[in-house]
Amino acid sequence: MTRPDTDSALSSESIEPLNIQTVGTSLPRVDGHAKVTGTATYAWEHDLRNPTYVYPLQSAIARGRVLRMDATQAESVDGVIAVLTPYNAARLADTGNAELAVLQSDEIAFRGQLIGAVVAETPETARHAASLVGVEYEQQPHDTELRADRPDLYRPDQVNPVFPTDSEEGDVEAALAAAAVTLDQTYSTPMEHNNPMEPHTCVSVWDNAGTGADGGPRLTQYDSTQGAHAVRKNIARLFELAPERVRVISPHVGGGFGSKGMPHAHNVLSALAARAVAGRPAKLALTRQQLFDLAGHRTPTVQRVRLGADADGRLTALCHEAVEHTSKVKEFAEQTAVASRLMYAAPNRRTTHRLALLDVPVNTWMRAPGECPGMFAAEVAMDELADACGLDPIELRAINEPESDPSTGKPWSHRRLVECLRTGARRFGWDRRAEAGTRREGDWLVGLGVASATYPSWAMPGSAAEIERTADGRYAVRIGAADLGTGTWTALSQIASDALECPFDAVHLEIGDTDLPPASVAGGSSGINSWGSTIVAAARAFRAEHGDNPAAGARTSSKTPENPDMKRYAVHSFGAQFAEVRVNADTGEVRVPRMLGVFAAGRIINPRTARSQFIGGMTMGISMALFEESVLDHGTGHVVNHDFAQYHVAANADVGDIEATWLDEPDPHANPMGAKGIGEIGIVGAPAAVVNAVHNATGIRVRDLPVTPDKLLRA
Amino acid sequence: MIVLDGSHSGVPHRRSPACRSCREPARGRLPAKVWLLQPGWYPSEVDSHLTLRVDGEEWSLTVDTRTTLLDALRDRLSITSPKKGCDHGQCGSCTVLIDGRRRLSCLTFAVAHDEAEITTAEGLATGESELHPVQQAFLDHDGFQCGYCTPGQICSAVGMLAEAEAGHPSVVTPTGNGSGESGRPAVLDDDEIRERMSGNLCRCGAYVNIVTAIRAVARR
Repeated sequence: MTRPDTDSALSSESIEPLNIQTVGTSLPRVDGHAKVTGTATYAWEHDLRNPTYVYPLQSAIARGRVLRMDATQAESVDGVIAVLTPYNAARLADTGNAELAVLQSDEIAFRGQLIGAVVAETPETARHAASLVGVEYEQQPHDTELRADRPDLYRPDQVNPVFPTDSEEGDVEAALAAAAVTLDQTYSTPMEHNNPMEPHTCVSVWDNAGTGADGGPRLTQYDSTQGAHAVRKNIARLFELAPERVRVISPHVGGGFGSKGMPHAHNVLSALAARAVAGRPAKLALTRQQLFDLAGHRTPTVQRVRLGADADGRLTALCHEAVEHTSKVKEFAEQTAVASRLMYAAPNRRTTHRLALLDVPVNTWMRAPGECPGMFAAEVAMDELADACGLDPIELRAINEPESDPSTGKPWSHRRLVECLRTGARRFGWDRRAEAGTRREGDWLVGLGVASATYPSWAMPGSAAEIERTADGRYAVRIGAADLGTGTWTALSQIASDALECPFDAVHLEIGDTDLPPASVAGGSSGINSWGSTIVAAARAFRAEHGDNPAAGARTSSKTPENPDMKRYAVHSFGAQFAEVRVNADTGEVRVPRMLGVFAAGRIINPRTARSQFIGGMTMGISMALFEESVLDHGTGHVVNHDFAQYHVAANADVGDIEATWLDEPDPHANPMGAKGIGEIGIVGAPAAVVNAVHNATGIRVRDLPVTPDKLLRA
Repeated sequence: MIVLDGSHSGVPHRRSPACRSCREPARGRLPAKVWLLQPGWYPSEVDSHLTLRVDGEEWSLTVDTRTTLLDALRDRLSITSPKKGCDHGQCGSCTVLIDGRRRLSCLTFAVAHDEAEITTAEGLATGESELHPVQQAFLDHDGFQCGYCTPGQICSAVGMLAEAEAGHPSVVTPTGNGSGESGRPAVLDDDEIRERMSGNLCRCGAYVNIVTAIRAVARR
């Protein structure tokens, strides 16, 4: 089944497209059998002899110093092997990344920071002994509260990953003053936690510490990570090892959503603990509660959006100013307003990011950092502007469609946002949308909402892939990539099959191990773009070198190729999110019986797993819209609702019918597959669609997530 | 894992007549270590001997009484199909079937299940290729992504289908139409499936496909 690219006008001069056979078909997951039987091996579950168990000790204050730690009682418990403290832990070679400088000083920078660990023969013993360690602190006043009116907000040098902090085009203030219609509103999103189902786990084993025959120690980490090679690079530097002396193994990962994108403090603690039990594995899995302190979170945001439009709804000014927090331990400046630089045409535009430097745990990536919270504010603002202009929200967006990327002037490789919106409107029954607050069925107020979605098509450099003809006549395809539920095992096998022009079953993919060629982190929806391009390059090089009937053992490696089109075009995905909500008139309870997402994300490698990723993102979007909020108690600096009973993530009964579909067309400028990455766009715009539907149902505009019943009953 | 000498001294093993501790009655044995109980002082460790039948295999083991069933399975017997997602009974990843009923293995102590018949998702499959119909449906409908909550979801679904068949109503079961009343099987529409499966969280957001998978099995 070869499907030729129909749109030859949109072909690339520099990218040779992949000849599609297996790609585009709905193959079941190759790791599916292992996952439905529970036999896929996650980080804790590798068969290791004679393990020890690590239980972390955490700071009970948010700022100050540890004065004394008394481990006498803990050490006297039968089965305790070691108690690590800042006073006895090994010195690390590099403390430049303070998040990873574990037990290197007595200073406390946030509540829940690691201050030690108990290593014991059993998990029960470790946990009990941890409760017996006495800690004396010198407490200093802490500051954990994000407010937009703080006088000490600062301007970071850039925002994640490499965007300018601010942007300014034209004269925003003059355009706002002259606009026929204006909007000036402030939106907020709370602190949120990734909460993958598999808690962050790291099992470390030192081999022949300092006494190996080849002259040095080796460290193996069985880790739950989105990037084995990134963990290796960081850990090797800390322990002053050559990278090849550290091996990170991570074949299956129980979700990550950004929080497993880089190693965190527990990776270092696990390695330190393993040093104390030379040769024996040190097993460390954070508890669900500890995740809230030690595994990253999404910053809270306060976003002021100002829009100016002429009488027809054409934007004349767009100003998006974001205020966020960052930890004193390590700066993370989320790119909240960056999507507003390219979504709509507006001659006068300003975007800014300001940070409050607080005594909080380290925040980091959480599914679509930047785009997700930023597009919540921007897309609710567009809904409000449509109301103010008396326009249908889809028409307002169509009127403001930019011909080229407003932030760079580059042509779009593909955009098709308006097509997504119109296709979705047809399928969802948008014409049944009534005036706000007018549709009632029994006790339920019913409304429809829409929002746009976008996500950049990232491609990371620096991966390599190796292809080898094996003795059984198959092809081993090796790359240190990660599958955190994303379908990598299946999708990369499909790409390799097409690139080698061999049957799908003839591909034997190997991922999740630093013994394999290096791979970039599974982040920014860049995995398939980056690793897939690398595999295609390796397959082509392999065929050029060894022909169609290679001998067993024939082998070729290639690195990620350059893609000159990424410099010439603005390569992004777009989408339209539709939600139907029902709001109980008496209780304020919000239900979401229906959602539809229509996406233009280039070629879809595997429709079955892709649909799962889209609806998974949309489900997390419902969760963000209605439930998720980490409550930081400023008195203690502690996230008080640090478990699943109190930090609500959407459960099965919270989710109705969600459908996702796409405009199936390859983007010839993205890569040989024509694919653009789909892991994150599903959550972008989803919370705004729900909030806009709540407004349509009730006439109440909620600007502060999550939409809890009190916000509807108070209004 | 299998130890063939007569001592076994604390090493978990498949039950064997050659083993002294296996021959002795499991209950009522004196703990290996008993701490002197004083006010404000409690024992840190008390061992207990028990037998667990897991996925058709009989295991004899001595556990610290503080060991949850989940940790006994994962850390003592290396049966890692049940997962630890929260250790507080809030996520459902550790769900197993105990004597045919779905239970949270993190929320119950191993010692409370001496002689119990435990089935994990691994044990639901009857062979390398023969999946349980619920497992096959999860595979066919892509009812998972990262797979970490999946064994729990599947055990929960199997237990839930039996509950419905036995006429257990849920909070959304309508009254007056016979469904789930007087022991008659409850009719599983999508709302029923969603309600009855809401003890199993999935952060990847596979609920839509999980409902589709279970619906396909329920309608057979």
